[in-house]
Amino acid sequence: MKVKGEFFKSPKDIPQEEELSSGAPLCAGCGGLTTLRLVHKVLGEKVVIVNAAGCMTLMATYPYSPIRSSWLYTTMGSVAAGAQGIRDALDIRRAKGELQEQDDMKVLVLAGDGSTYDMGLSATSAAIHRGLDFWYLCYDNEAYGNTGFQMSSSSPFASRTTTSPIGKEEPEGTFQEKKDMFEIWRAQKPPYVATVSSHEVVDLAEKVHRSLAMKGPKLFLALAVCPTGWGFDPRLGDELAHLAVRTGIWPLKEAVGGVVRHTVIPKRFLPVEEYLRPQLRFRHLFEPKPHTEALQAIQQRVDHYWDQVRKDEGGDNQAQLKEDKH
Amino acid sequence: MVRKMLTGNAAAAWGARLAQVEYVPAFPITPQTEIIESLAGWFADGALTGKFVTMDSEHSMVTAAGAAATTGVRTFTATSSQGLIYAMEALYTVSGWRVPFVLVNVSRGLSSPITLGPDHNDVLAARDAGFIQIHVETCQEVLDSVLMAFRIAEDSRVSLPVLVNLDGFFLSFTREPVEIPNAKLVQEFLPAFRPHHPVFKGSQSVAQGVAVLDGAAYSYFRYQMHRAVENALEVHEEVAEDFYRLFGRRYGALEEYRMEDAETVLVMAGSFSTKGKAAVNRWRDQGRKVGLVRLRLIRPQPAAELARLLTGRKAVGVIDQNISPGLGGILYQEVAGALASTSDRPPVMRSFVGGLGGKDISPAEFDRVLEVLDEAKSGEGHVPCELLFTDAEYKQVRTALSVAGKPLEGRAS
Repeated sequence: MKVKGEFFKSPKDIPQEEELSSGAPLCAGCGGLTTLRLVHKVLGEKVVIVNAAGCMTLMATYPYSPIRSSWLYTTMGSVAAGAQGIRDALDIRRAKGELQEQDDMKVLVLAGDGSTYDMGLSATSAAIHRGLDFWYLCYDNEAYGNTGFQMSSSSPFASRTTTSPIGKEEPEGTFQEKKDMFEIWRAQKPPYVATVSSHEVVDLAEKVHRSLAMKGPKLFLALAVCPTGWGFDPRLGDELAHLAVRTGIWPLKEAVGGVVRHTVIPKRFLPVEEYLRPQLRFRHLFEPKPHTEALQAIQQRVDHYWDQVRKDEGGDNQAQLKEDKH
Repeated sequence: MVRKMLTGNAAAAWGARLAQVEYVPAFPITPQTEIIESLAGWFADGALTGKFVTMDSEHSMVTAAGAAATTGVRTFTATSSQGLIYAMEALYTVSGWRVPFVLVNVSRGLSSPITLGPDHNDVLAARDAGFIQIHVETCQEVLDSVLMAFRIAEDSRVSLPVLVNLDGFFLSFTREPVEIPNAKLVQEFLPAFRPHHPVFKGSQSVAQGVAVLDGAAYSYFRYQMHRAVENALEVHEEVAEDFYRLFGRRYGALEEYRMEDAETVLVMAGSFSTKGKAAVNRWRDQGRKVGLVRLRLIRPQPAAELARLLTGRKAVGVIDQNISPGLGGILYQEVAGALASTSDRPPVMRSFVGGLGGKDISPAEFDRVLEVLDEAKSGEGHVPCELLFTDAEYKQVRTALSVAGKPLEGRAS
């Protein structure tokens, strides 16, 4: 089931204009970059990207920048405060007649999961509390990717990172559960919170478009497939993004004014193994012998999540969810 | 022009008000909070237009200040102590953006142990951050320096944030008569902010704070910042001249006090210089040729001026209200450095550390300084810094240690 697009029916409807030029010095197959490209197309060109320390910081490397809009690199812990300073200053200049309407800009925070889930969370929570009018795009590759893939509080259970390695004492690698950033944001009642996938481009574009009319904090939490960190051939990037949705591991949803609905629900949920097996960071769950307990735990958590969704969400989604149960 | 009894904090807030600041990101911390409370009130009642916003930390506050300045509005903020060092990463970050704003720091000793009284370890920890630093002595100088700071920061030869430092309690909470300059004259002195740097707006693409991964380009930008801070010496002189012309008060990069024929010189910074000046007056009355140099601009360091003032003297004592563990007084090193390549260096130079955490420097302690300088011989080699501490204070600490169950009796002291 996919929620019907109001503005975008097919990928062809997405604006042709590119706000990012080619040649960004990021890894081949970076899901974060694809996501930014799509988000930016819908936001348009009048955007100032406020960046936190992470992989994307290397996008603008002196004297080059692939960004046609504007860019401010801040720190890892205060990116939302940078957005606050810019938004406030734009508002002040608008009020004083120093900045014409056509020169106004959208303020877009661009941060990885390290900043979003860990170091920058306090500053972001404060920006939400202040009702800051901004867009927040988190490219979530589930670890500190730029420094070589160390565990963050977004790293999923049983994934291997360089600081949650596999050993006799710790056969799962990461034993913690991934933080639920969607719910952390939603708890503060911002106007819009959404998860997106670089595979589901119409869903993504639709959500960004829907947010355009909303004033206040707007989160786009994107699962960013990461060939170098996750350990897979960059060719498989889009397929993995798709598998994350089809297995139910990465639910696509939105919360408008706090009310959650799921926007893409697989016809038939694939077993989580389909998504986990191609990735080196989960290889220990399959070789040398299957780690059945961990695999079952992951599957159970996914099943439990969707059972809860069936309970919580009535209406149109309800029938679909029943039918889709594998 | 109005004359009022103002605390140092109120004087700082009045400086920001007269500068018609448009944006104040803030965060409370003792003993600075009165500054932001005053400003919050003025934004609330319309005396100031723009926006006052309470941030979630000083790290966020300084980031927001830099980002707003980058976007082209006149920005002011204030902090103290732990707040300044909590913001340390942001200080370095925003100065690299090469945008002007003014930050007032109300000096307070650093934790641990946590304390409230003033010393200069907080502000000197930020001395290499690329901010201009002005250290003030009186409440009047607080207000005047905030106005001058905006002129210096916004000058295209500088284009950097300026930090104005005043001492907690001794200035922040002490009322002194302060002349509040006429607002029209202030406008003449400090016209509305017209940014020289490219600002964020929809019709132009600006990339700020981009990564610079090659050492050569990085060195270029860092050295450029060094040159810009150095430029502030010349700019300060011009601004001080304008200020004198309009308001009748003159400020130098350094202040000379009774230096005309001084053989022995005290070097100090901040409000405790007033105590130093009182000691100088007392010694002068006794026929001693003693003077005082107050360091007002700490960054840029007015090295040539400092060397000009101190060469040819018999003895120099630097009283640092800070301590760098394992080194001693920080400003002593800076003063010695300014004299290193001069040919007529004072034969005696000594380092004293006093007034930590707001501890008083009593007349007896100043007398001790003079005694040490009198008795010191040239060529003694390295002499460690001397801590200024009275017998009464020593007794007081011993009592506290006893109460805490850690008496000094029977231990090496």
